Amino acid sequence: MEKFLLKNIENPSSASLEEYVGAGGYGSLNKALQMEPSDIIAEVKAAGLRGRGGAGFPTGMKWDFASRDTKFPKYLICNADEGEPGTFKDRPILEKNPHLLIEGMVISAHALKSERGYIYLRGEYPHARIVLEKAIEEAYAKGYLGDNIAGKGVGFHLSVHQGAGAYICGEETALIDSIEGRRGQPRIKPPFPVNVGAWGMPTIVNNVETLANIPLIVSIGAEKYAEIGNPECPGPKLFSVSCCVERPGVYELPMGTTLKEIIYDHAGGVRGGRELKAVIPGGISTPVLTPDGIDCPMDFVNLPKRGSMLGSGAVMVFDDTVCLVKVCWRAMKFFEHESCGKCTPCREGTGWLRNILERIEGGFGREGDIELLQDIALSITGKTFCPLGDGAAGVVLGFIKNFSDEFMYHITNKKCMVNKDSQSAG
Amino acid sequence: MDIFEEIRALTEKYPDRRGALLPALYVAQEDAGWLSQEALDRVSNALNLPQATVKGVATFYSMYKHRPMGRHLIQLCTNVACMIMGAESLVDFLKGKYGLEPGGTTVDGRFSLVIMECIGACDRAPAMLVDTDFHSDLTEDNIVEMLEEYK
Ligand code: SF4
Repeated sequence: MEKFLLKNIENPSSASLEEYVGAGGYGSLNKALQMEPSDIIAEVKAAGLRGRGGAGFPTGMKWDFASRDTKFPKYLICNADEGEPGTFKDRPILEKNPHLLIEGMVISAHALKSERGYIYLRGEYPHARIVLEKAIEEAYAKGYLGDNIAGKGVGFHLSVHQGAGAYICGEETALIDSIEGRRGQPRIKPPFPVNVGAWGMPTIVNNVETLANIPLIVSIGAEKYAEIGNPECPGPKLFSVSCCVERPGVYELPMGTTLKEIIYDHAGGVRGGRELKAVIPGGISTPVLTPDGIDCPMDFVNLPKRGSMLGSGAVMVFDDTVCLVKVCWRAMKFFEHESCGKCTPCREGTGWLRNILERIEGGFGREGDIELLQDIALSITGKTFCPLGDGAAGVVLGFIKNFSDEFMYHITNKKCMVNKDSQSAG
Repeated sequence: MDIFEEIRALTEKYPDRRGALLPALYVAQEDAGWLSQEALDRVSNALNLPQATVKGVATFYSMYKHRPMGRHLIQLCTNVACMIMGAESLVDFLKGKYGLEPGGTTVDGRFSLVIMECIGACDRAPAMLVDTDFHSDLTEDNIVEMLEEYK
């Protein structure tokens, strides 16, 4: 497939405005500025674009809700807080193709009549901040940002707002709190941010990749765009592939490419020709799959049918040298650390789960621990404010459902079934 | 520009002063490497926000530091991908080689070590940030070489 989101990024100066414009960049913006805002929204709707941050909500519909709200100013926020272990798909855009994101944001701002935008960038990407700030400066200098963009009377101001190491700020209401200078803790919905968001005003929060799709939709039109990927989830998709594969990295492929193709055709298969043991398809919070589940199209519709989710499209591959109890424990340590503390089932439950997983992994598991893990996980599911609690519980339930043998072995034999000598890590 | 002015200038990007709180804390932290009570007070004065508000926010986020740090901050990831690729043995290695414990600082004040929850480099694991520089594909051999650059 011809690359769009990652076009040109092998070029060492791909981040510069000059290179970007040289490759046809900002052409879509010029086209969009001739269009009525409502026509752009209609086009995005017709294209069938679904948000690339994890939830997969139809972007055009979100925009529609926001544009019906008559309150102004409206804020446009780019969620560049990808913090989910396994996920690094937005990084190449942020570091190597920043003008694509800026162009996408300016078009979106025009469509939504927003005059103020922020890129909420995770604190762990200091290099991306430097690149983005330079790109924003260049865009201002050339009149792609400012009070009167390309002389068309449209104004949009953009800046980077750097997060400070809280995964929960990837959740849109927590992100809004964080931009307002608060502790990033999710807010209850409704009201939804599209009506009551940052500083109480209508606010659209879209993922980096979602916004980077906008110039493509404008340039080729909804009809052509919808031909990429599959009908229920059109468009190109970035997949980040990591752990035990020959060629880890970010791959731009049509939505709906199967997990098998991603692992074997694109990422070069399991490293060292080893045996595939398990795959997490969409970042650490999506339930793990067994090898017989990998013949599944990667999209928002098909993965749920297999008991998992597309999430951020972050494929984590585990071979037969990896202890899955340990993976599950490390994942839970992450959730415990990142729980914002607002609701008890999540705050207490993640720590409790981590504790039990730790003892199983360490060879001190007890009979009944598996049932206890399930019981705690089910007491979190559906009882928390935001999806972090559900995600944490789902991870445990997924590992137990598909790999209970391995957990049992640990408990009964007080050790790991994986031969330690063949493990690459200690 | 002194910090006070720098922080004041940040408020222009936001509809109210409080919006500038996170970036203001970064500015104050860059100055001394950590956020002392004095630094927090300065932020609170510059933004005209209650001290409790400033402290409450500063302690929520893990990238703000509340005690003095070494001259260089090593932020090493040990999350799933990095763990599988050997990050835990690097933690032991740093302990053995530099006497550097997670959350600690070397006696000579050269390095501090913080264990991170994913720095988005899973394809090139194990990885770390040293100050604002990113280093990946770490091994016991190359980590020493990389750290030599930081005096
Ligand atoms: S589920 Fe967890 S992270 Fe989400 S609001 Fe509750 S405590 Fe916070």
